[in-house]
Amino acid sequence: MTNQRGAIELAGLTKSYDGQTNVVQGVNLKIPNGAYCCFLGPSGCGKTTILRMIAGHEDPSDGEILIGGDNVVGLAPAERGTAMMFQSYALFPHLSVRDNIAFALRVRGQGKAERYRVADAMIEKVRLTELRDRLPGQLSGGQQQRVALARAAVTEPRVLLLDEPLSALDEQLRIQMRSELRRMQRELGVTFVHVTHSQLEAIALADMVVVMEKGRIKQAGPARDVYAAPRDRYVAEFLGGQNVFSGRVGAVEGDVIRLDSAELKSVIVPLGAAHVAAGDRIDVAVRRDDINLHRPGAPLAAGASSLASRVMGVEYQGNFVKVMLDAVAGDEFVVYVPERAFFEDPLSVGDVVMAAWAAERSRLLA
Amino acid sequence: MSAAPDALSPAKTGARRRALAPSKGRRPWTFYVLAAIFTFYVVALYGPMFCIYVLSFQDLRGGLVFPMKGLSLHWFVDLFTQARTGDVAGAFDRSIKLAILVTVITVVVSLMSALAFRRRFPGDTIVFALMIGSLVAPGLVLGIGVGLMFNALGLPTTWWGSALGAQLSWTLPFGVLVMFAVMSRFDSAWEEAARDLGASRWQTLRLVIVPVLAPGLVAVALFGFTLSYDEFARTLQTAGPQNTLPLEIWSMTLNVTSPALYALGTVTTIISFLIIGASLGAIVWIQKRRGRRASST
Repeated sequence: MTNQRGAIELAGLTKSYDGQTNVVQGVNLKIPNGAYCCFLGPSGCGKTTILRMIAGHEDPSDGEILIGGDNVVGLAPAERGTAMMFQSYALFPHLSVRDNIAFALRVRGQGKAERYRVADAMIEKVRLTELRDRLPGQLSGGQQQRVALARAAVTEPRVLLLDEPLSALDEQLRIQMRSELRRMQRELGVTFVHVTHSQLEAIALADMVVVMEKGRIKQAGPARDVYAAPRDRYVAEFLGGQNVFSGRVGAVEGDVIRLDSAELKSVIVPLGAAHVAAGDRIDVAVRRDDINLHRPGAPLAAGASSLASRVMGVEYQGNFVKVMLDAVAGDEFVVYVPERAFFEDPLSVGDVVMAAWAAERSRLLA
Repeated sequence: MSAAPDALSPAKTGARRRALAPSKGRRPWTFYVLAAIFTFYVVALYGPMFCIYVLSFQDLRGGLVFPMKGLSLHWFVDLFTQARTGDVAGAFDRSIKLAILVTVITVVVSLMSALAFRRRFPGDTIVFALMIGSLVAPGLVLGIGVGLMFNALGLPTTWWGSALGAQLSWTLPFGVLVMFAVMSRFDSAWEEAARDLGASRWQTLRLVIVPVLAPGLVAVALFGFTLSYDEFARTLQTAGPQNTLPLEIWSMTLNVTSPALYALGTVTTIISFLIIGASLGAIVWIQKRRGRRASST
């Protein structure tokens, strides 16, 4: 595909409401055409503001927004070829499903027959044909979401912007609508930019995850990279599934670091491309499912990192068991043990265990 | 989905009934006390009006007080044929025209100001305070003030000029306050969505804002019409040489001593009820039309 009409580029994008504090601080980002991109972060991190600036509902204080190579700053939403799906869906309560979806065509001056023909095709795509004469108030949350999606997509925008589209739904429906969003994105073949605070949603949906904190991008990349190789403590903790602990560098021996603390003395961290010196404080991450638990005295693999600790809590999760340890003072330390393995030798609260993992599984964080 | 609440409801309502009425099946004594108070309230509210309506149906021998003498429509005929009762038809005509004028201006201005007041603007609290001020100012004083000002400026006071202005000082704040309440349920995301879908400002107003707010606008119109139609205090010094209907009725109480006065009361009440009924009917019709279109699949 040489077609780049839906590619988005943000250059030095900045937004301030009061002229002093920046809600968005110099964001640079390239989203490829046809990608499913998720902005992930806590509330107030600026992700929705970025979305609204791309949509044209807010003007940036500084910086450029390029869509398909053209700077769109200052253009009205409809001139940008974007369409937005609002958090509460913002369906017009006095119009039927069909008239809601045909609204964009109506304001463009299309005749009734023509716009209903296009709208009905769209209604069929989102599987709402039997409900097309209903009012939004008579639809379930999931149906409303499909109407909102169809209404936004009916003008064939090159970019679809979704502001927390699943937050109004209950858990089960959320998972169902999540796969529906992905299906629609593949069918329409346009760029989706989706804002969420749920890391589960982001990694399940996105080709590209953008993790944000306080108006800045902390890490952007494919979901697996961001989840498995977080760049720093913030990203690792926000995406979850990792134990993060801090320690002081004791010595750098070749390409590994040894930590200088009694409890962390048997932890070895690969150095990678980083530069650290003895005495530096570093953050280390280990995936919770990369760790094995052993009874004291059981033989450990040679060269493995290990921590002696006590079981603080056990939570059954169905396909795995979450074991909470007091391995590192001040940091949460959790191990995900596969369900079958756990029940071969079940641990209970207060048991002393060795948490061990292959040394190369440790990751030095920035 | 509906099976679960249904299964629960008998137990629930049973519990509620027990909590409210410990003595099974019999009503507590408080019910009779409250019912008596309410009955007294209704009689006090409608009794006097009802006396007037009844007395207006007397025949030629009828007087201004009970007992009622005969039963006929004589005084209704008298009302519209006898010159001595004054210019009732003309006053009625003027009052209706004035009320329509007031209604249209009130609806349009109330909608616009409710839209404007959603955002802060310099001086917004002052504008709001001035508006409430004209609502609490004594009507008679305000009316005299308007009359004096027209005199000072050398302008003639007329029902369609000075009286219109004086009445608007009363209906506009009311309309705006009602619109504030209506607007509080208006989601500004609808406007934003309309803009996102390519609607111009005018299209957003015409296709989204006004239809969504339609029931509220009908309510404001009803307010404006009825407030204007029976306005007296502010109109008294501002209507000029030609009376509106309330002024006409008032002058009749001073010089007409026949049940024709009561007949006029009955006629104006009927018209008021017709207008209120039509407005409520319009609101119900709007809701029904939405509901029907929705359910016809």
